[in-house]
Amino acid sequence: MDGYTSSELLSILAMQGFAGISMFSVLLLMALGLAIIFGQMGVINMAHGEFMTLGAYTTYLLSHIATSYGFLNEYFPLAILAAFAVAFIVGYLVEWSFIRFLYKRPLDTLLATWGLSLILQQIFRSIFGAREVSPDMPDWIMGSFDLTDLIQIPINGVFVLVLSIVVTALVFMFLNKSHWGIQVRATVQNRMMANAVGINTAKIDRLTFAIGCGVAGVAGAAFTTIASTGPTSGSLHIVDTFMVVVLGGAGSLVGTIVSAFTIAETDSIMSFFMSGTIAKVLTLLMVVGVIMAKPEGLFPSKIRK
Amino acid sequence: MMIKTRRTLLKAMTAAIGGIALTGVMTAAHAGDYPTSKVMTTGLAVDDKTVTVGILHSLTGTMAISEIGSVQAEKLAIKQINESGGILGRQIKVITEDGASDWPTFAEKAKKLLESDKVPAIFGCWTSASRKAVLPVLEKDKGLLYYPTFYEGLEESHDIFYTGQEATQQILAGLDWASKTLHAKKFYLVGSDYIWPRTSMKIARKHIEQHLHGKVVGEEYYPLGSTQFGSLINKIKLKRPDLVFSAVVGGSNVAFFKQMIAAGLNSKKQKLLTLSVTEDEAKGIGGENLKGFYSSMKYFQSLDVPGNKKFVKAFKAAYGKDAVIGDVTESAYLGPWLWKAAVEKAGSFDIEKVIPAQIGHVWKDSPNGYLKVDSNHHMYFKTRIGEWQPNGQAKVVWESDLIKPNPFPKGYQ
Repeated sequence: MDGYTSSELLSILAMQGFAGISMFSVLLLMALGLAIIFGQMGVINMAHGEFMTLGAYTTYLLSHIATSYGFLNEYFPLAILAAFAVAFIVGYLVEWSFIRFLYKRPLDTLLATWGLSLILQQIFRSIFGAREVSPDMPDWIMGSFDLTDLIQIPINGVFVLVLSIVVTALVFMFLNKSHWGIQVRATVQNRMMANAVGINTAKIDRLTFAIGCGVAGVAGAAFTTIASTGPTSGSLHIVDTFMVVVLGGAGSLVGTIVSAFTIAETDSIMSFFMSGTIAKVLTLLMVVGVIMAKPEGLFPSKIRK
Repeated sequence: MMIKTRRTLLKAMTAAIGGIALTGVMTAAHAGDYPTSKVMTTGLAVDDKTVTVGILHSLTGTMAISEIGSVQAEKLAIKQINESGGILGRQIKVITEDGASDWPTFAEKAKKLLESDKVPAIFGCWTSASRKAVLPVLEKDKGLLYYPTFYEGLEESHDIFYTGQEATQQILAGLDWASKTLHAKKFYLVGSDYIWPRTSMKIARKHIEQHLHGKVVGEEYYPLGSTQFGSLINKIKLKRPDLVFSAVVGGSNVAFFKQMIAAGLNSKKQKLLTLSVTEDEAKGIGGENLKGFYSSMKYFQSLDVPGNKKFVKAFKAAYGKDAVIGDVTESAYLGPWLWKAAVEKAGSFDIEKVIPAQIGHVWKDSPNGYLKVDSNHHMYFKTRIGEWQPNGQAKVVWESDLIKPNPFPKGYQ
């Protein structure tokens, strides 16, 4: 790092830190829904990426409507809600139509959701075409806060960060503070007993799955601010998402947060000193190393087996 | 006065005679004048009324996004050829096969097209990997492929005509322009991590260091599909290159440009020349994000040459007014027309007669202007620099002379 003034290096350090945090918030949003479904229900949802894509396409459609009716500047918060709603509804239907028959066979849920992901991809391709699309963004989200000549904080990055904090907080409150959350945890810990004390576990399962999918939809909407959407976009991110959940330890919200942060900062810091590909490989090796040492992840859940 | 009139008269007469002669040629092109036994001696799919060709692209899988434009262009060209009387009096029929973004499948389908369908020509492939998979099949079964993508070069096959540019045509002209017009001395090279960007950047680095006396201040590759460019953008900020030279491909471009703009690196602050953003990608990236950056390639939809106006009009009539045409789509459109010219010159569908007839062929008003087929099976093309506009179209700000293709550049490897 020779030839740079100390103020330049400081600026870059700040920018690089923000790049890491920004990646962290994206990873967290992507992994949150998966962590809920995987952690609370033990379902490995291979179609999680497609629920993200669903949210992204919903945003795309809304941006079209917004452009023609002239509310492009205001539509984005609306789009996030719509993305949640659409993914929630589809998730609800999916759970009802086949996931619920497979709870006793976890490996079959893996296959079934994988099939679902292929079906959804083909539906996206039929409706939106094979090309990648990108919704129009309101101007306010595309700018940056210019702190100094070198330090620019992208507004879309800040937006996704705030969004992921809000969503995480909501999920945390739902799981830990609400009546529904208590029922979810009861169901996870002992389904038979929960049933016996009058909790409608089938309904709880359906809602949990749907909310996990809804959160994925929100992640998809957020993703449109930084990347494009195609039929196979979801499968591109699913590996990263699983990596976060597995490293964090299934079922642990704190684990998901810590793991997203670890992966993002490792990747961000390393990719500054070496090429993007090498950084990615080293990050993956780091994850493999941790999993070998702690097979249950960083924060194993304390559920009785 | 008299002379002038006579000259006009003479001109008119010549034109009329020319016209009659042309109509004569066109009406003469009935299959009856070209009996099947004469135009085809090697068991190809040709009868008195039809000839069947193959289209082989990924219609599914990750590459479908890119290849669907090529399929559309090839089908349009074939439709137009059929409407203008076909080829040696025969209508072209098409068998479309799906390579499914999977290289062994490409080889298998090529084998099927050649061995059971007996097609005299295949239009297809997109990635170098798919072409390399098909190549041994072509050589064994004596097939003929028209390949539409700009690519890294380092190949010259008897059985392939390359209708896109090879690496030196895009890169050398583009870098020379940047050095001269933008006064670029410090270059930052970036690409997606596979063979085409890596080979391209190798050539670029040599050219920058040895011919432009410039300096490469950074060279990096990101995994295909990567959406995190924060670190790269910070490094670009720190090194302050005069030009970012990019071969980032596909959806990654959207993330790259959106994040550049968001980090304050717009085209006023940072010049950028890319080899891989066409109108197709521009549609996804958004004109606002791309505004003022440059692309280096042979074709832009806005290109102001007579052949292009017709092409754009026909393409939009066929695929809707929102359809856009990128460089590769245009290259794909060239294939069937070039093949038709070669078949007519050879007076035969036999591949061993068509190949020599293709070499040296000149197409004066193709959609990208004048082009000529070189003996190395690549084409002489002009390279253009397009400056991206907010509407997602590029304005051509410079064009090179005709560049002789050079798939094996000496001293650049």
